[in-house]
Amino acid sequence: MQIRRKCSAAQLLLLVCASSLSAEDLLVTSLPPGRYGGDLVVAERSEPKVLNPVIAVDSLSREVIGLMMADLVHINRESQRTEPALARSVDISEGGRRFIVHLRRGLRFSDGHPFDADDVLFSFQVYLDENIHSPQRDLLIIGGKPVSLTKQDQYTVAFAFAQPYGPGERLFDGFPILPRHLLIGPYKEGKLNKSWGLNMTAGEFAGLGPFRYKEYVPGQRLVVERNPYYWKQDSARQRLPYLNRIIFEYVGNEDAQVLRFQSGDADIISRISAANFETLSKQANGVRRLIDAGPSLEYTFLFFNLNDLSNKSLPQIESKQGWFRDLSFRRAVSMLIDRQSIDRLVYAGRAAPISTHVTPGNKLWASSRVTPVSRSLETARSLLASAGFSWNAGGKLIDGAGRPVGFSIVTNTGNNERLQMATMIQQDLEQAGITVRVVSLEFRSLLDRLMTTFNYEACVLGLASGDVDPGSEMSVWPSDGSTHLWDLSKSGLKSGWQMEIDHLMASQMRSTDRAERKRMYDRVQELIAGNLPIIPLVSPDVLAGAKAKLKNFSPAVLLPYVLWNIEELYWSEQ
Amino acid sequence: MLKAALACGVLASIHVTALLADFASPVPFATQQREYAFAPPTHIRWFDREGGFQLRPFVYARVDATNVKRYPVQFFVHGSSYQLGPVTLDRHLFGVAAPARLFLLGTDGFGRDQFSRLLAGGRISLTAGWLATILSLSIGTGLGALAGFYGGWLDHSIMRIGEASLTLPWLYLLLAGRAFLPLGVPAASAYLILIAVVGVLGWARPARVVRGLTLALRERGYVVAARGFGATSGYILRRHILPDALPVLVTQAAILVPQYILAELTLSFLGLGIDEPVPSWGNMLAAVQHYNILVSYWWMLVPALAPAAVSLCCFAIGDALLRRRRAVPL
Repeated sequence: MQIRRKCSAAQLLLLVCASSLSAEDLLVTSLPPGRYGGDLVVAERSEPKVLNPVIAVDSLSREVIGLMMADLVHINRESQRTEPALARSVDISEGGRRFIVHLRRGLRFSDGHPFDADDVLFSFQVYLDENIHSPQRDLLIIGGKPVSLTKQDQYTVAFAFAQPYGPGERLFDGFPILPRHLLIGPYKEGKLNKSWGLNMTAGEFAGLGPFRYKEYVPGQRLVVERNPYYWKQDSARQRLPYLNRIIFEYVGNEDAQVLRFQSGDADIISRISAANFETLSKQANGVRRLIDAGPSLEYTFLFFNLNDLSNKSLPQIESKQGWFRDLSFRRAVSMLIDRQSIDRLVYAGRAAPISTHVTPGNKLWASSRVTPVSRSLETARSLLASAGFSWNAGGKLIDGAGRPVGFSIVTNTGNNERLQMATMIQQDLEQAGITVRVVSLEFRSLLDRLMTTFNYEACVLGLASGDVDPGSEMSVWPSDGSTHLWDLSKSGLKSGWQMEIDHLMASQMRSTDRAERKRMYDRVQELIAGNLPIIPLVSPDVLAGAKAKLKNFSPAVLLPYVLWNIEELYWSEQ
Repeated sequence: MLKAALACGVLASIHVTALLADFASPVPFATQQREYAFAPPTHIRWFDREGGFQLRPFVYARVDATNVKRYPVQFFVHGSSYQLGPVTLDRHLFGVAAPARLFLLGTDGFGRDQFSRLLAGGRISLTAGWLATILSLSIGTGLGALAGFYGGWLDHSIMRIGEASLTLPWLYLLLAGRAFLPLGVPAASAYLILIAVVGVLGWARPARVVRGLTLALRERGYVVAARGFGATSGYILRRHILPDALPVLVTQAAILVPQYILAELTLSFLGLGIDEPVPSWGNMLAAVQHYNILVSYWWMLVPALAPAAVSLCCFAIGDALLRRRRAVPL
């Protein structure tokens, strides 16, 4: 009797275990099976500032957080399209105003605690909280109103928007789901911003990403270890990830990064200059593999100060704005710039000349109707002549009032590529008699001039889109955007084409018809290429390398360039 | 003495070459020949491919896909025009006919001739060295002499201010200075303003030396005698103390010039050097801080020889002057 009772108890236990296992709604990928084991050492230039996804802004922090956290829907960095993650599916209704998110069942955080709709509600409550000042908050304000969430059952959450949201479920990619059971306390006490700093212990952290926090040694390294509860499997039903630990080592600068990779102390290298990539390629042997993933989403450009300076007492700059506002002048400058040489000399041929801000790396949204800029000294000179400019006896360009045409280009010290580009532009414009001075400034004083004092004439800078979707450019192109660098004065003096851009950008954010959005964004690209509020230069390639034994290594043009598929990486046996 | 004379000769020739940089350079320092980026130094030959000796040195250049031709090095050739004082000239010391190119020290990443840039860079770096030295020495000598001669509260306050200025974080001052300079200031002027700031801030060390010397000199018999005959303080300083301090000042200059040339290198390394396209030894060497350049293009390191040579010469002269001063008691 006793034995029978014991047996039935064991059977019951087995049954419970089996049912709980089968209830675990894991994502089975089509990935061919890999091999478990091994660590991955990544040499980085600098350390992350914080491991709290709610307040992290720097890319290094986000990169580490990305390994330890997961979102509802994820953008596949390779295909640039969305794919289900913690959400099994998303139903979109009411013309794009309502998203019903069905969560995977039976998933657990890295500390073993179950995940459900309450974690989702808590996460978005935190992201939307004005007192937290999360950088992602603005993305959740759609049509002037915050997104509202309703829990429908333990595994279903409804998101309601004030107006249709064009980018759709891409929205969810930037919102890692937080563990309510660990963070509700600090949140209620108003201490969430101080949680998950670099000084936390492993027990204080839990996430849904492939790895979990292990340790941090200031100035030296940060270690994350395999999350045994991760919710993805390969095609052979092996639970991912394959690697045991990821060790980030902080080495100070790019050259040290290159040396560590070269000596074999680091397994992966990314974000390297084309010059260093070339040096490594020359020394490449069978041990290391270097990959050029093609043009990134970064666009470098020259822009003029088009701010309204009437109340800034900068008469010298104001007197030159007549030239800068003249489209013929901007087009002539654009035509004088030898982008091919910039590609060849500054980026060792590992960049793509561009004529608008959407780079060839953006597979889904780049317009085929925008034509490349062809360099032509003759056309540039005739454009300048038709705009009332002429040349004096010394070959210098003078304007209608007889003033010699010249301006300064500011750029930041420490960015060798930008300084080189400015130097090349200087010589290119000299050919048309335009005198250019190149001034390199410390980055903070440069930003102060660009954003606050407007005390500059022209600038060479680069911006990188966070996503391929036009939604990621909303801070740049509408005239009230916070990164509308060339005219932040919001003077109200809008040109016709700028008003059209404002309208198109706002409309595409409301439209859920992708073809319609594409048409609108194509038009925006045409307007930018035709009116040149910025003069696009080149888009540098994403360059990375890894040891040849590391399998599934596939750099992408979206951040994080190399660790986006970390759960799929494994060491081959050779 | 021979060593000092040799050093003087080398130093003088470096200065003269820097002064005549436009004439001695085959091409203007800012000209970008982009198809020749990072070209190694051109091989100047005396023997042709058949082994025949040529009286005039020459270079080989490809004229088309299959043919390579010999181009002799020519002297006093016509080229781009430049200003030498009030005169416009177009003669250059040497060159080769197109399509051949003559890069004595190779080219940089834009295809600019490193030799031309080294000579032109000398003008900026040497000017920076001398300007800062003259400023430091003038201010230092004036204040040091006053402090040593009058003593008392004047001495006390000048020396305390000097000590305070030695502790100033001058790098941050320069960063701030650079950030506030108007953008319209030409590259060379903006840069010389920064160097002038470095020079002015460097007055304290020479001031301490001159003060010590003045303290000793003012007790000398001939100074006391002059004072007894009713000489004014100004007269004593002008006629007795400063002339005696002159050898010390020259020795100080010999130490300060290389020190300020090195300061120029530091500024350039930090990106505070002279703006493109104007070269200086500092910004030419700043390129070598990049690993890929260091390992791939050895000729980019050659500009390091120039400040090294100037420093060695200055130290040799300073050393000789010091020995001489010790040999002849005051």
